[in-house]
Amino acid sequence: MALKGNLKDFSTTQLLNLVNLARKTGKLDVNQDGSSAYLYFKEGRLVHATNSSDGGHLMTMLVKMGKLSREQAGVANKKSASSSDKVVGKYLMDSKLVTREDIVQGVKDYMLEIVYDLFTWELGDFFFEQNSLPSGNRITMPLNLDNVILEGNRRVQESGRLQDELPDLGKIALKITDKPLRGVKLTQDDWRVISHIHPRNSVKQIAQNNKMDEFQVRKIVYGMLQAGLVEIIHPEGLEPKKQRRPVTRAGRRAASQTPAEKRSVVTKLIDRIKRI
Amino acid sequence: MQTVKMVVTGPFSAGKTEFIQSVSEIDVVKTERKISSDAERVKNETTVAMDFGRITVDDDLVLYLFGTPGQRRFDFMWEILSEGMLGFIVLVDSVRPETFREAKHILEIFKSYATTPYVIAANKQDLPDAWSPEDIKIALKVGKGTKVLSCVARDKETVKTVLLELLYSILEKMQAEEDM
Repeated sequence: MALKGNLKDFSTTQLLNLVNLARKTGKLDVNQDGSSAYLYFKEGRLVHATNSSDGGHLMTMLVKMGKLSREQAGVANKKSASSSDKVVGKYLMDSKLVTREDIVQGVKDYMLEIVYDLFTWELGDFFFEQNSLPSGNRITMPLNLDNVILEGNRRVQESGRLQDELPDLGKIALKITDKPLRGVKLTQDDWRVISHIHPRNSVKQIAQNNKMDEFQVRKIVYGMLQAGLVEIIHPEGLEPKKQRRPVTRAGRRAASQTPAEKRSVVTKLIDRIKRI
Repeated sequence: MQTVKMVVTGPFSAGKTEFIQSVSEIDVVKTERKISSDAERVKNETTVAMDFGRITVDDDLVLYLFGTPGQRRFDFMWEILSEGMLGFIVLVDSVRPETFREAKHILEIFKSYATTPYVIAANKQDLPDAWSPEDIKIALKVGKGTKVLSCVARDKETVKTVLLELLYSILEKMQAEEDM
Protein backbone atom coordinates (compact mmCIF):
# COMPACT_ATOMS: atom_id res chain seq x y z
CA MET A 1 0.00 0.00 0.00
CA ALA A 2 1.28 3.46 -0.88
CA LEU A 3 2.00 5.99 1.79
CA LYS A 4 2.43 9.27 0.02
CA GLY A 5 1.15 12.79 0.35
CA ASN A 6 2.22 16.27 1.33
CA LEU A 7 3.24 17.61 4.74
CA LYS A 8 0.67 20.37 4.44
CA ASP A 9 -2.02 17.69 4.79
CA PHE A 10 -0.22 15.15 6.97
CA SER A 11 2.46 16.62 9.19
CA THR A 12 5.86 15.24 10.15
CA THR A 13 4.50 14.50 13.62
CA GLN A 14 1.58 12.53 12.23
CA LEU A 15 3.88 10.65 9.85
CA LEU A 16 6.34 9.65 12.58
CA ASN A 17 3.48 8.70 14.82
CA LEU A 18 2.12 6.45 12.09
CA VAL A 19 5.53 4.82 11.52
CA ASN A 20 5.92 4.36 15.28
CA LEU A 21 2.49 2.86 15.93
CA ALA A 22 2.49 0.64 12.83
CA ARG A 23 6.10 -0.46 13.60
CA LYS A 24 7.00 0.24 10.00
CA THR A 25 10.29 -0.62 8.30
CA GLY A 26 11.38 1.47 5.33
CA LYS A 27 12.58 4.80 4.03
CA LEU A 28 10.70 8.08 4.28
CA ASP A 29 11.66 10.41 1.49
CA VAL A 30 10.55 14.06 1.87
CA ASN A 31 11.19 16.72 -0.79
CA GLN A 32 10.63 20.43 -0.70
CA ASP A 33 11.99 22.99 -3.16
CA GLY A 34 15.01 20.90 -4.10
CA SER A 35 15.87 19.93 -0.49
CA SER A 36 15.35 16.34 0.53
CA ALA A 37 15.45 14.45 3.80
CA TYR A 38 15.69 10.70 4.00
CA LEU A 39 14.72 8.92 7.20
CA TYR A 40 15.14 5.19 7.63
CA PHE A 41 13.13 3.15 10.11
CA LYS A 42 13.33 -0.39 11.36
CA GLU A 43 10.28 -1.77 13.14
CA GLY A 44 9.13 1.71 14.06
CA ARG A 45 12.49 3.03 15.28
CA LEU A 46 14.54 5.68 13.53
CA VAL A 47 17.83 4.04 12.50
CA HIS A 48 19.40 6.49 10.06
CA ALA A 49 18.79 9.94 8.63
CA THR A 50 20.46 11.99 5.98
CA ASN A 51 19.69 14.76 3.54
CA SER A 52 20.37 15.59 -0.08
CA SER A 53 23.35 17.87 0.69
CA ASP A 54 25.36 15.62 3.08
CA GLY A 55 24.99 12.06 1.89
CA GLY A 56 25.04 10.65 5.42
CA HIS A 57 28.70 9.55 5.58
CA LEU A 58 30.19 9.13 9.05
CA MET A 59 32.98 11.63 8.43
CA THR A 60 30.49 14.31 7.31
CA MET A 61 28.33 13.64 10.36
CA LEU A 62 31.23 13.96 12.79
CA VAL A 63 32.52 17.17 11.19
CA LYS A 64 29.06 18.70 11.18
CA MET A 65 28.52 17.80 14.82
CA GLY A 66 31.92 19.23 15.84
CA LYS A 67 33.46 15.90 16.85
CA LEU A 68 36.12 16.10 14.14
CA SER A 69 37.83 19.10 12.53
CA ARG A 70 37.91 19.53 8.75
CA GLU A 71 41.68 19.06 8.78
CA GLN A 72 41.43 15.79 10.72
CA ALA A 73 38.69 14.64 8.39
CA GLY A 74 40.84 15.52 5.38
CA VAL A 75 43.74 13.41 6.66
CA ALA A 76 41.47 10.53 7.64
CA ASN A 77 39.76 10.68 4.27
CA LYS A 78 43.04 10.07 2.45
CA LYS A 79 43.72 6.99 4.60
CA SER A 80 40.28 5.45 4.51
CA ALA A 81 38.64 6.79 1.37
CA SER A 82 35.93 4.55 -0.08
CA SER A 83 35.82 2.41 3.07
CA SER A 84 32.60 1.62 4.85
CA ASP A 85 31.58 3.82 7.79
CA LYS A 86 32.39 0.99 10.18
CA VAL A 87 35.97 0.81 8.86
CA VAL A 88 36.26 4.62 8.97
CA GLY A 89 34.98 4.63 12.55
CA LYS A 90 37.53 2.01 13.59
CA TYR A 91 40.31 3.97 11.91
CA LEU A 92 39.28 7.19 13.68
CA MET A 93 39.21 5.43 17.06
CA ASP A 94 42.54 3.65 16.46
CA SER A 95 44.06 7.01 15.50
CA LYS A 96 42.63 8.46 18.74
CA LEU A 97 40.91 11.22 16.76
CA VAL A 98 37.54 10.38 18.32
CA THR A 99 36.23 8.05 21.00
CA ARG A 100 33.50 5.50 20.61
CA GLU A 101 31.21 7.84 22.59
CA ASP A 102 32.01 10.68 20.15
CA ILE A 103 30.88 8.52 17.25
CA VAL A 104 27.70 7.40 18.99
CA GLN A 105 26.81 10.93 20.08
CA GLY A 106 27.81 12.47 16.73
CA VAL A 107 25.68 10.08 14.68
CA LYS A 108 22.76 10.46 17.06
CA ASP A 109 22.92 14.28 17.07
CA TYR A 110 23.22 14.38 13.30
CA MET A 111 20.17 12.17 12.81
CA LEU A 112 18.16 14.19 15.31
CA GLU A 113 19.14 17.49 13.69
CA ILE A 114 17.73 16.29 10.38
CA VAL A 115 14.54 14.93 11.85
CA TYR A 116 13.93 17.99 14.07
CA ASP A 117 14.46 20.24 11.07
CA LEU A 118 11.77 18.23 9.29
CA PHE A 119 9.29 19.21 12.01
CA THR A 120 9.55 22.82 10.82
CA TRP A 121 8.66 21.92 7.24
CA GLU A 122 5.09 22.81 6.53
CA LEU A 123 5.20 21.70 2.91
CA GLY A 124 6.93 18.84 1.16
CA ASP A 125 5.96 15.77 -0.83
CA PHE A 126 6.61 12.56 1.05
CA PHE A 127 6.79 8.94 0.02
CA PHE A 128 7.37 5.93 2.24
CA GLU A 129 9.27 3.12 0.58
CA GLN A 130 8.40 -0.03 2.47
CA ASN A 131 11.30 -2.27 3.62
CA SER A 132 14.03 -0.03 2.18
CA LEU A 133 16.98 0.21 4.61
CA PRO A 134 20.29 2.13 4.46
CA SER A 135 23.24 0.48 2.79
CA GLY A 136 25.24 -1.91 5.00
CA ASN A 137 28.16 0.56 4.80
CA ARG A 138 26.35 3.08 6.99
CA ILE A 139 26.35 3.17 10.79
CA THR A 140 22.81 2.88 12.10
CA MET A 141 21.57 3.91 15.51
CA PRO A 142 18.11 2.83 16.67
CA LEU A 143 16.26 5.73 18.31
CA ASN A 144 12.93 5.54 20.06
CA LEU A 145 10.42 7.64 18.10
CA ASP A 146 8.38 8.52 21.20
CA ASN A 147 11.18 10.77 22.40
CA VAL A 148 11.84 12.14 18.93
CA ILE A 149 8.17 13.07 18.50
CA LEU A 150 8.04 14.60 21.95
CA GLU A 151 11.13 16.73 21.41
CA GLY A 152 10.26 17.56 17.81
CA ASN A 153 6.97 18.95 18.96
CA ARG A 154 8.62 21.02 21.64
CA ARG A 155 10.39 22.71 18.78
CA VAL A 156 7.25 23.39 16.84
CA GLN A 157 6.55 26.98 17.69
CA GLU A 158 3.69 27.39 15.34
CA SER A 159 0.75 28.27 17.52
CA GLY A 160 -1.80 28.20 14.69
CA ARG A 161 -1.48 24.50 14.18
CA LEU A 162 -1.65 23.86 17.92
CA GLN A 163 -4.77 25.96 18.10
CA ASP A 164 -6.22 23.95 15.28
CA GLU A 165 -5.46 20.61 16.97
CA LEU A 166 -6.67 21.65 20.42
CA PRO A 167 -9.23 24.36 19.83
CA ASP A 168 -11.15 24.72 23.11
CA LEU A 169 -9.09 23.86 26.18
CA GLY A 170 -12.08 24.39 28.47
CA LYS A 171 -13.97 21.50 26.88
CA ILE A 172 -11.31 18.78 27.00
CA ALA A 173 -9.69 16.81 29.79
CA LEU A 174 -6.85 14.29 29.63
CA LYS A 175 -6.41 10.66 30.52
CA ILE A 176 -3.04 8.96 30.89
CA THR A 177 -2.79 5.99 28.53
CA ASP A 178 -1.42 2.54 29.36
CA LYS A 179 1.83 3.36 27.60
CA PRO A 180 4.69 3.00 30.10
CA LEU A 181 6.41 6.27 30.96
CA ARG A 182 9.68 4.51 31.75
CA GLY A 183 12.33 5.44 29.17
CA VAL A 184 10.42 8.51 27.99
CA LYS A 185 12.20 11.79 28.73
CA LEU A 186 9.72 14.19 30.26
CA THR A 187 10.52 17.75 31.24
CA GLN A 188 9.62 19.31 34.54
CA ASP A 189 6.70 21.09 32.83
CA ASP A 190 5.47 17.80 31.36
CA TRP A 191 5.39 16.35 34.88
CA ARG A 192 3.59 19.43 36.21
CA VAL A 193 0.85 18.89 33.62
CA ILE A 194 0.72 15.14 34.27
CA SER A 195 0.37 15.70 38.02
CA HIS A 196 -2.86 17.67 37.45
CA ILE A 197 -4.48 15.23 35.04
CA HIS A 198 -7.88 14.24 36.38
CA PRO A 199 -11.22 13.56 34.63
CA ARG A 200 -12.69 16.64 36.34
CA ASN A 201 -9.84 18.98 35.28
CA SER A 202 -10.15 20.55 31.86
CA VAL A 203 -6.86 21.38 30.13
CA LYS A 204 -7.65 25.03 30.78
CA GLN A 205 -7.80 24.31 34.52
CA ILE A 206 -4.53 22.36 34.32
CA ALA A 207 -2.95 25.44 32.74
CA GLN A 208 -4.38 27.73 35.41
CA ASN A 209 -3.22 25.42 38.23
CA ASN A 210 0.30 25.48 36.80
CA LYS A 211 0.25 29.20 35.96
CA MET A 212 0.92 28.37 32.31
CA ASP A 213 -0.49 30.28 29.38
CA GLU A 214 -2.62 28.45 26.79
CA PHE A 215 0.18 28.26 24.26
CA GLN A 216 2.53 26.62 26.76
CA VAL A 217 0.01 24.02 27.85
CA ARG A 218 -1.06 23.38 24.25
CA LYS A 219 2.55 22.62 23.28
CA ILE A 220 2.99 20.20 26.17
CA VAL A 221 -0.35 18.45 25.70
CA TYR A 222 0.09 18.23 21.93
CA GLY A 223 3.53 16.64 22.34
CA MET A 224 2.23 14.10 24.84
CA LEU A 225 -0.79 13.35 22.65
CA GLN A 226 1.37 12.68 19.62
CA ALA A 227 3.65 10.43 21.66
CA GLY A 228 0.56 8.51 22.80
CA LEU A 229 1.16 9.26 26.49
CA VAL A 230 -2.24 10.87 27.03
CA GLU A 231 -5.59 10.89 25.30
CA ILE A 232 -8.40 13.42 25.21
CA ILE A 233 -11.62 12.80 27.12
CA HIS A 234 -14.63 14.95 27.92
CA PRO A 235 -14.28 16.48 31.37
CA GLU A 236 -16.62 15.02 34.00
CA GLY A 237 -19.62 17.27 34.38
CA LEU A 238 -19.33 18.39 30.77
CA GLU A 239 -20.58 15.32 28.92
CA PRO A 240 -21.13 15.37 25.15
CA LYS A 241 -24.48 16.55 23.96
CA LYS A 242 -27.08 13.92 24.83
CA GLN A 243 -28.99 12.29 22.02
CA ARG A 244 -32.14 14.29 21.47
CA ARG A 245 -35.53 12.75 21.99
CA PRO A 246 -36.62 11.50 18.56
CA VAL A 247 -39.19 13.73 16.99
CA THR A 248 -39.83 11.79 13.79
CA ARG A 249 -42.50 9.08 13.61
CA ALA A 250 -39.87 6.42 12.91
CA GLY A 251 -37.76 7.67 15.79
CA ARG A 252 -40.66 7.63 18.25
CA ARG A 253 -41.60 4.14 17.14
CA ALA A 254 -38.01 2.87 17.54
CA ALA A 255 -37.80 4.43 21.00
CA SER A 256 -40.93 2.60 22.13
CA GLN A 257 -39.71 -0.82 20.94
CA THR A 258 -38.57 -3.54 23.35
CA PRO A 259 -34.94 -4.70 23.12
CA ALA A 260 -36.06 -7.96 21.51
CA GLU A 261 -38.02 -6.07 18.84
CA LYS A 262 -35.07 -3.81 18.14
CA ARG A 263 -32.76 -6.82 17.79
CA SER A 264 -35.23 -8.48 15.45
CA VAL A 265 -35.21 -5.39 13.19
CA VAL A 266 -31.41 -5.46 12.98
CA THR A 267 -31.35 -9.20 12.30
CA LYS A 268 -33.86 -8.72 9.45
CA LEU A 269 -31.68 -5.96 8.01
CA ILE A 270 -28.63 -8.22 8.14
CA ASP A 271 -30.46 -11.02 6.32
CA ARG A 272 -31.75 -8.60 3.68
CA ILE A 273 -28.38 -7.00 2.99
CA LYS A 274 -26.75 -10.41 2.64
CA ARG A 275 -29.28 -11.16 -0.11
CA ILE A 276 -28.65 -7.98 -2.14
CA MET B 1 -44.59 0.24 8.08
CA GLN B 2 -41.41 0.78 10.08
CA THR B 3 -38.55 2.74 8.58
CA VAL B 4 -35.02 2.76 9.90
CA LYS B 5 -32.21 4.96 8.77
CA MET B 6 -28.47 4.91 8.40
CA VAL B 7 -26.33 7.89 7.52
CA VAL B 8 -23.40 7.85 5.12
CA THR B 9 -21.14 10.79 5.78
CA GLY B 10 -17.60 11.87 4.98
CA PRO B 11 -15.61 14.64 3.32
CA PHE B 12 -16.29 16.13 -0.07
CA SER B 13 -15.74 13.64 -2.92
CA ALA B 14 -15.24 10.64 -0.63
CA GLY B 15 -17.75 8.61 -2.69
CA LYS B 16 -20.92 8.80 -0.58
CA THR B 17 -23.37 9.06 -3.48
CA GLU B 18 -21.73 6.15 -5.27
CA PHE B 19 -21.74 4.08 -2.05
CA ILE B 20 -25.51 4.48 -1.66
CA GLN B 21 -26.13 3.91 -5.36
CA SER B 22 -24.38 0.52 -5.20
CA VAL B 23 -26.96 -1.03 -2.89
CA SER B 24 -30.07 1.10 -3.25
CA GLU B 25 -33.03 -0.54 -4.98
CA ILE B 26 -34.13 2.84 -6.33
CA ASP B 27 -32.11 5.36 -8.29
CA VAL B 28 -30.56 7.53 -5.64
CA VAL B 29 -32.49 10.72 -5.14
CA LYS B 30 -29.72 13.26 -5.50
CA THR B 31 -29.57 16.95 -4.72
CA GLU B 32 -26.48 17.73 -6.74
CA ARG B 33 -25.40 21.09 -8.10
CA LYS B 34 -22.53 22.13 -10.33
CA ILE B 35 -19.33 22.92 -8.44
CA SER B 36 -18.62 26.64 -8.44
CA SER B 37 -15.26 26.68 -6.65
CA ASP B 38 -12.12 25.86 -8.63
CA ALA B 39 -10.45 24.58 -5.45
CA GLU B 40 -13.03 21.85 -5.13
CA ARG B 41 -13.20 20.94 -8.79
CA VAL B 42 -12.14 17.33 -8.33
CA LYS B 43 -15.58 16.44 -9.66
CA ASN B 44 -18.26 18.31 -11.57
CA GLU B 45 -21.20 18.09 -9.18
CA THR B 46 -21.66 17.86 -5.43
CA THR B 47 -24.47 16.97 -3.05
CA VAL B 48 -26.01 20.06 -1.46
CA ALA B 49 -28.79 18.67 0.77
CA MET B 50 -28.69 14.89 0.87
CA ASP B 51 -28.68 11.69 -1.12
CA PHE B 52 -31.39 9.21 -0.49
CA GLY B 53 -31.41 5.45 -1.15
CA ARG B 54 -33.79 2.69 -0.12
CA ILE B 55 -33.61 -1.03 0.70
CA THR B 56 -36.96 -2.75 1.33
CA VAL B 57 -36.66 -5.58 3.85
CA ASP B 58 -40.31 -6.78 3.87
CA ASP B 59 -43.82 -5.32 3.87
CA ASP B 60 -43.23 -3.86 7.32
CA LEU B 61 -39.65 -2.71 7.27
CA VAL B 62 -37.64 -0.36 5.03
CA LEU B 63 -34.05 0.84 5.42
CA TYR B 64 -33.26 4.34 4.22
CA LEU B 65 -29.71 5.39 3.49
CA PHE B 66 -29.04 9.11 3.75
CA GLY B 67 -25.88 10.61 2.32
CA THR B 68 -24.80 13.91 3.79
CA PRO B 69 -23.40 16.81 1.79
CA GLY B 70 -19.62 16.76 2.00
CA GLN B 71 -18.91 20.48 1.77
CA ARG B 72 -18.68 22.32 5.10
CA ARG B 73 -21.04 25.10 3.98
CA PHE B 74 -23.91 22.62 3.88
CA ASP B 75 -23.18 21.18 7.33
CA PHE B 76 -26.44 22.54 8.77
CA MET B 77 -27.98 19.42 7.15
CA TRP B 78 -25.84 17.03 9.17
CA GLU B 79 -27.69 17.25 12.46
CA ILE B 80 -31.08 17.06 10.73
CA LEU B 81 -30.03 13.92 8.87
CA SER B 82 -28.54 12.31 11.96
CA GLU B 83 -31.78 12.43 13.91
CA GLY B 84 -32.96 8.93 14.87
CA MET B 85 -30.25 7.12 12.89
CA LEU B 86 -29.49 3.49 13.71
CA GLY B 87 -25.80 4.02 12.97
CA PHE B 88 -23.50 5.88 10.61
CA ILE B 89 -20.68 5.28 8.18
CA VAL B 90 -17.82 7.70 7.70
CA LEU B 91 -16.45 7.33 4.20
CA VAL B 92 -12.81 8.33 3.76
CA ASP B 93 -11.08 8.99 0.45
CA SER B 94 -8.02 6.73 0.81
CA VAL B 95 -6.06 8.51 -1.91
CA ARG B 96 -6.48 12.05 -0.54
CA PRO B 97 -4.73 12.32 2.84
CA GLU B 98 -5.46 16.03 2.75
CA THR B 99 -9.09 15.12 3.58
CA PHE B 100 -8.28 12.95 6.65
CA ARG B 101 -8.42 15.89 9.03
CA GLU B 102 -11.86 16.79 7.70
CA ALA B 103 -12.98 13.16 8.03
CA LYS B 104 -11.89 13.15 11.66
CA HIS B 105 -13.76 16.41 12.24
CA ILE B 106 -16.94 14.99 10.69
CA LEU B 107 -16.59 11.81 12.78
CA GLU B 108 -16.33 13.83 16.00
CA ILE B 109 -19.36 15.92 15.06
CA PHE B 110 -21.53 12.88 14.34
CA LYS B 111 -20.34 11.22 17.57
CA SER B 112 -21.53 14.31 19.44
CA TYR B 113 -24.97 14.09 17.79
CA ALA B 114 -25.65 10.53 18.91
CA THR B 115 -24.05 7.61 20.69
CA THR B 116 -25.02 5.20 17.92
CA PRO B 117 -22.43 2.77 16.51
CA TYR B 118 -20.40 3.71 13.47
CA VAL B 119 -17.77 2.29 11.13
CA ILE B 120 -15.18 3.95 8.94
CA ALA B 121 -14.98 2.86 5.31
CA ALA B 122 -11.64 3.44 3.59
CA ASN B 123 -12.94 4.03 0.06
CA LYS B 124 -11.11 3.84 -3.30
CA GLN B 125 -8.98 0.91 -2.18
CA ASP B 126 -8.76 -0.17 -5.81
CA LEU B 127 -6.55 2.82 -6.66
CA PRO B 128 -2.76 2.39 -6.61
CA ASP B 129 -2.07 5.31 -4.23
CA ALA B 130 -4.63 4.26 -1.65
CA TRP B 131 -3.53 4.36 2.00
CA SER B 132 -4.26 1.05 3.73
CA PRO B 133 -7.16 0.86 6.24
CA GLU B 134 -4.59 0.16 9.00
CA ASP B 135 -2.65 3.35 8.19
CA ILE B 136 -5.86 5.37 7.93
CA LYS B 137 -6.90 4.08 11.35
CA ILE B 138 -3.70 5.48 12.84
CA ALA B 139 -3.95 8.70 10.84
CA LEU B 140 -7.47 9.34 12.12
CA LYS B 141 -6.39 8.47 15.68
CA VAL B 142 -9.42 6.30 16.29
CA GLY B 143 -9.59 3.71 19.06
CA LYS B 144 -8.52 0.10 18.66
CA GLY B 145 -12.15 -1.04 18.77
CA THR B 146 -13.19 1.15 15.82
CA LYS B 147 -13.71 -0.75 12.59
CA VAL B 148 -11.88 0.74 9.60
CA LEU B 149 -12.93 -1.30 6.58
CA SER B 150 -11.61 -1.62 3.07
CA CYS B 151 -14.15 -0.34 0.54
CA VAL B 152 -14.68 0.37 -3.14
CA ALA B 153 -17.96 2.29 -3.35
CA ARG B 154 -18.63 1.05 -6.90
CA ASP B 155 -18.31 -2.56 -5.75
CA LYS B 156 -21.58 -3.76 -4.25
CA GLU B 157 -19.90 -6.57 -2.29
CA THR B 158 -17.58 -4.28 -0.33
CA VAL B 159 -20.46 -1.87 0.33
CA LYS B 160 -22.52 -4.78 1.66
CA THR B 161 -19.62 -5.77 3.93
CA VAL B 162 -19.43 -2.24 5.35
CA LEU B 163 -23.20 -2.16 6.01
CA LEU B 164 -23.10 -5.62 7.59
CA GLU B 165 -20.18 -4.71 9.86
CA LEU B 166 -22.12 -1.66 11.03
CA LEU B 167 -25.19 -3.81 11.71
CA TYR B 168 -23.07 -6.33 13.65
CA SER B 169 -21.75 -3.44 15.77
CA ILE B 170 -25.31 -2.24 16.38
CA LEU B 171 -26.33 -5.75 17.44
CA GLU B 172 -23.35 -6.03 19.79
CA LYS B 173 -24.20 -2.69 21.39
CA MET B 174 -27.82 -3.75 21.90
CA GLN B 175 -26.65 -6.98 23.49
CA ALA B 176 -24.20 -5.16 25.75
CA GLU B 177 -26.91 -2.73 26.89
CA GLU B 178 -29.25 -5.62 27.69
CA ASP B 179 -26.54 -7.40 29.68
CA MET B 180 -25.90 -4.33 31.83
